[in-house]
Amino acid sequence: MRNPLAKVVVNMPPSGIRKFFDIVSEMKDAISLGVGEPDFDTPWHVREEGIYSLEKGKTFYTSNAGLKELKQEICNYLKRRFDLEYDYNKETIVTVGGSEAIDIAMRAMLEPGDEVLIPQPCYVSYHPCTVLAGGTPVVIELKGENDFKLTRQELIDAITEKTKILVLAFPNNPTGAIMDYEDLKNIVDVIIEHDLIVISDEIYSELTYDKEHVSIASFPGMKERTIVINGFSKSYAMTGWRLGYAVGPELIIEQMIKIHQFAIMCAPTTSQYAGVEALKNGDSDVAMMRDAYDKRRRYLIHSLRKMGLECFEPFGAFYVFPCIKSLGMTSEEFATKLLQEEKVAVVPGTAFGDCGEGYLRISYAYSIENLKIALERMERFVERYKK
Amino acid sequence: MKEKILAAIDKNSKITAADLAIMLGATEEEIVSLIKQMEDESVICGYPTLINWDKIEYERVTALIELKVTPQRGLGFDKIAERIYQFDEVQSVYLMSGGFDLTVILEGRTMREVANFVSEKLAPMDAILSTATHFVLKKYKEHGLPLVQTKHDERMLITP
Ligand SMILES: Cc1ncc(COP(=O)(O)O)c(C=O)c1O
Repeated sequence: MRNPLAKVVVNMPPSGIRKFFDIVSEMKDAISLGVGEPDFDTPWHVREEGIYSLEKGKTFYTSNAGLKELKQEICNYLKRRFDLEYDYNKETIVTVGGSEAIDIAMRAMLEPGDEVLIPQPCYVSYHPCTVLAGGTPVVIELKGENDFKLTRQELIDAITEKTKILVLAFPNNPTGAIMDYEDLKNIVDVIIEHDLIVISDEIYSELTYDKEHVSIASFPGMKERTIVINGFSKSYAMTGWRLGYAVGPELIIEQMIKIHQFAIMCAPTTSQYAGVEALKNGDSDVAMMRDAYDKRRRYLIHSLRKMGLECFEPFGAFYVFPCIKSLGMTSEEFATKLLQEEKVAVVPGTAFGDCGEGYLRISYAYSIENLKIALERMERFVERYKK
Repeated sequence: MKEKILAAIDKNSKITAADLAIMLGATEEEIVSLIKQMEDESVICGYPTLINWDKIEYERVTALIELKVTPQRGLGFDKIAERIYQFDEVQSVYLMSGGFDLTVILEGRTMREVANFVSEKLAPMDAILSTATHFVLKKYKEHGLPLVQTKHDERMLITP
């Protein structure tokens, strides 16, 4: 039989998370601090609206780009929260999670040889999506000493003639880093000067602490060269609903809709109705969850520092990214040993790029009680290996 | 800070001042003194435990009683409310808007005990015009907390 497989897929390494997942799932009664999704249930009024839409028989396809009402609510929301103005009709697409939006944005824009700048550590999908779309990923290794922000110099150094897209993913998974107004301002003119397009994954935009999220698209001259990706998974605890969206220049969104139309048809209808309710009446739910995350965040940072682990203060998402270099272990060794000896699962930083070596991603999408037990075990472990 | 403390202990009064301090970004001394202050001012009135009595073999009935009363000159409803809430059996007393005046929530060992209390203690009071007693059959949620089994974490152990 002929080889049925495409080289580009076969050569794609499996996600580093996946590897660790297989080890963890063998383990009975492990406590996990390894998830990238909220521990909260979707707010009941949102779920109820989904149920109600089913009762009313709203079980058909919606238009490709999404329900008009949802697109309008998305635009209202972006205006209200981040001062972004988009036309719901021409500049908005509802997708199957932020995940799909990342994929189709790459596919709509990349030509063979085009380079995509991917600051790592970062979410796992930008690299493979670039490759699948025929582009060339160029990794920028962010540094702990910069609190894992992208600096102007790092950006300048990575740009070549072929650079077309810069992926910005702040608040960041896995580091919890954010880029505030000043941080972004430092790179905006470089982006414009080199005529780059930005894919800005702002899926954690609601989860910032002490500082408000700023979208790069809100800077003068940036809206026309930015695709903003956002969604419901993190802010409204709706991971399983598979609902996200992208907004950007009509020129690009139009082509993304074309891919979406053939590959997906439309985002789940039930989820879209629930999404309308989330955006209309979900602000207080978001505030409640943000507040709970913030408490856990402080607790976690405090406990990790108390163990003697170096840990910069992350102001976004629901992760902390402590450094374990002082223990003389690799991230993977640490994570594997911690799991075997203390039955606590954390994700090695290397799952998010080579420069995650020496770090761990610890999620605080868990109750304080849960965190406490896990941290006690981790402290015991660190004590044992401390030099 | 006071509101933050209250919001944090509203559903979990067992949380320690040291933990609160870490979570709210304050010092332990500050938390302790603010809590003390709120206790003194009766902002914090107690730290009861939420118990699902149905889970153990212990007979206990709850009734909700609607009362219509004549307010007293110069004292309004407060005097009569006070006379009612002094009874140990009485769990809560609320002044209501609408079709009746006071809601009284009573707890007793048996239905008879509650019935006796209403007919012998409450109904005969001069100010009370009428009573309507409703027995609670099952409690689902109290103080914002479901009284049913907490469900376990459905999430996969590791996700990106
Ligand atoms: C940074 C980032 N972007 C995008 C996603 C995808 O989310 P979804 O497809 O559920 O919207 C995730 C999920 O973990 C993420 O962490």
